[in-house]
Amino acid sequence: MSTPATPFVKSMQAAAVSGLPGSGLAWLDETRRDALQAFIDRGLPEARNELWKYTALRALQQRAYAPRDEDAASRSVPDDLLRLDGCEGPRAVFVNGAFRADLSRLGDLQDGITLQPLSEALRHQSEPLRFLLAARADDDEDGLTLLNRALAADGLIVRVADGVHAYQPFRVVHVGMSAGSAVAWHLRDLIELGEGASLAVIEHHVGDETSGHLANLVRGVTLRANAQLGWTVVQRASQDATLLRRTDCVLHDDATLDFHALEVGGKLARHELRVDLAGARARFASRGAFVLDGRQHCDSEVLVTHRGRDTLSDSLWRGVAGDRARGVVHGRILVEPGADGSDGSFYNKNLLLSPTAEIDTRPALEIYADEVKANHGATVGQLDEGVLFYLRSRGIPLDVARRMLVRAFCAVTLDGIRSAPLREFCEALLAEQLPEAQA
Amino acid sequence: MLKIENLHARVAGKEILKGLSLEAKPGEVHAIMGPNGAGKSTLGNVLAGRSGYEVTQGTVTFDGKNLLEMEPEARAAAGVFLAFQYPVEIPGVNNTYFLRAALNAQRKGRGETELDSMQFLKLVRERVKEMGMTPDLLNRAVNEGFSGGEKKRNEVFQMAVLEPRLGILDETDSGLDIDALKQVAEGVNRLRSPERSFLVITHYQRLLDYIVPDFVHVLADGRIVESGDAKLARELEAHGYAWVRDRTPKEAHA
Repeated sequence: MSTPATPFVKSMQAAAVSGLPGSGLAWLDETRRDALQAFIDRGLPEARNELWKYTALRALQQRAYAPRDEDAASRSVPDDLLRLDGCEGPRAVFVNGAFRADLSRLGDLQDGITLQPLSEALRHQSEPLRFLLAARADDDEDGLTLLNRALAADGLIVRVADGVHAYQPFRVVHVGMSAGSAVAWHLRDLIELGEGASLAVIEHHVGDETSGHLANLVRGVTLRANAQLGWTVVQRASQDATLLRRTDCVLHDDATLDFHALEVGGKLARHELRVDLAGARARFASRGAFVLDGRQHCDSEVLVTHRGRDTLSDSLWRGVAGDRARGVVHGRILVEPGADGSDGSFYNKNLLLSPTAEIDTRPALEIYADEVKANHGATVGQLDEGVLFYLRSRGIPLDVARRMLVRAFCAVTLDGIRSAPLREFCEALLAEQLPEAQA
Repeated sequence: MLKIENLHARVAGKEILKGLSLEAKPGEVHAIMGPNGAGKSTLGNVLAGRSGYEVTQGTVTFDGKNLLEMEPEARAAAGVFLAFQYPVEIPGVNNTYFLRAALNAQRKGRGETELDSMQFLKLVRERVKEMGMTPDLLNRAVNEGFSGGEKKRNEVFQMAVLEPRLGILDETDSGLDIDALKQVAEGVNRLRSPERSFLVITHYQRLLDYIVPDFVHVLADGRIVESGDAKLARELEAHGYAWVRDRTPKEAHA
């Protein structure tokens, strides 16, 4: 079965022959060909795929994207977009999908931490990547992951050696800037923390007002025994941007992943976060919120698999949608046979600020082990009129009262961000983005 | 200061207030007593501007202005404060932040300069001390996890910070033990002044032993059926509300 050659598919086929970094390496060419064919066969994910049930890509099918922004290397980016006060550590900046050494700060990395753009690694030391990139398409992969495999031109390879503790957070900034036409880029990141290593990563998405690009990001994260990764997503992509992300994390014995997300940007933003608690006592905590307005669509998929014994997962998400926005939250906890002593929870509360907004939330548990604790819950509601009246009766105007309550509603997801400047940045971003609620 | 004339109000289509009239002058404390269902809380909510309370007839003026036309926040800025019968919990909203936003919104509404955080902190710390509250209250979320008594004291504390011209206490005594009742009453008494009036809505006479009113009104079936001085409260306590009903059959059941 073949996907009809929609404008989208045609533009992706054109991108494949446009000269990608590393082309000419036989194994890589073959991997890319194989993945592109699998994509053409499989097509973009559709609603019958459980993980895409509420996020339709029909509109995407009709769009054609340029394979790259020819001026990405020189395009100027306002300083303000890149700013994150108080987090002035190392950073890697991608502009319209192209790595920008001039805007990045990777000069004096701490010993034991290596960081390399994928494009550079493919040019100079491709062989070690063969094992990571040359996998054949498996049944579980959706069309976007296949596209990424076929077309990824860049990304980051980050390694932290055994026992090394990064003393500064490392920030990856994805910038979308208006170009002549809408561009699609596919980035592939590989992050590995050695035994007992620790690192904090900030994934930061920004853009100018009108860039309608497509970013397709696929990340693989490996945490060796006792490693600790803190990951904070601050997403304020352009209001016309399409941002599709998938992150696969594998946690070995006693490893810890502490994840935070604040999503306020993009026209269509989706993150499929898969966490495999493979090792005993591996721990995953996530706190996330999206605040949507206009016709924004945001989909947060948090898929946790408990495989090791005594593993722990604990997720708390908040969704806020105003106007005609649409939010999707899917929290799934799968406890594999043998993962005894697992403890998983997923809680999600949502707030609708207008009668035309919609949020679909699905907490799901699948348990195949004994001696397991698992809890989940989800609600969708509106601002409490009684609480609003209480605030107003004290003199606080209605619009201020609404913002105050929405902020409070999301606060629980930001409270745990360890870096104070980062937490304050997120709080300010949240305050700034709060939609004006309709009466 | 406050003038209520022939007030009729409906809640969910049911007429609760049926021609209530009352006038409070600056500095006066008026107690409103009455049996359950008489319309006591409806009166407080109508005055504060809660939605769902429909005024069908009558007028309420506050300093000569039509109070019923004002939004709840404008009423607060004008100096009306309702101490809630059931104060709400607001998780995630810090007490200090909330009070400062409230005070500054009111000051702004009155055309006064807003207080900066230092000025504000000085003010609330003084009030905390005066009210005998624990200072950690300021760092907690509004009413979150507070006991019933703490919530009621917090209402009076907020009133002390916001310094309204009219304080309406809606059954502030309900659910309080005697010590908490005394503390609340002391807080209110400290706020009594020649410029400030109070409506003390209560079911029981007990609170009025501590907040001695200038006037006592008995509210029954949506209107005031008896008015007197503080002695009236004690008579009610001795005889029960049936006594008032029996004394005023024509008016109460007209």
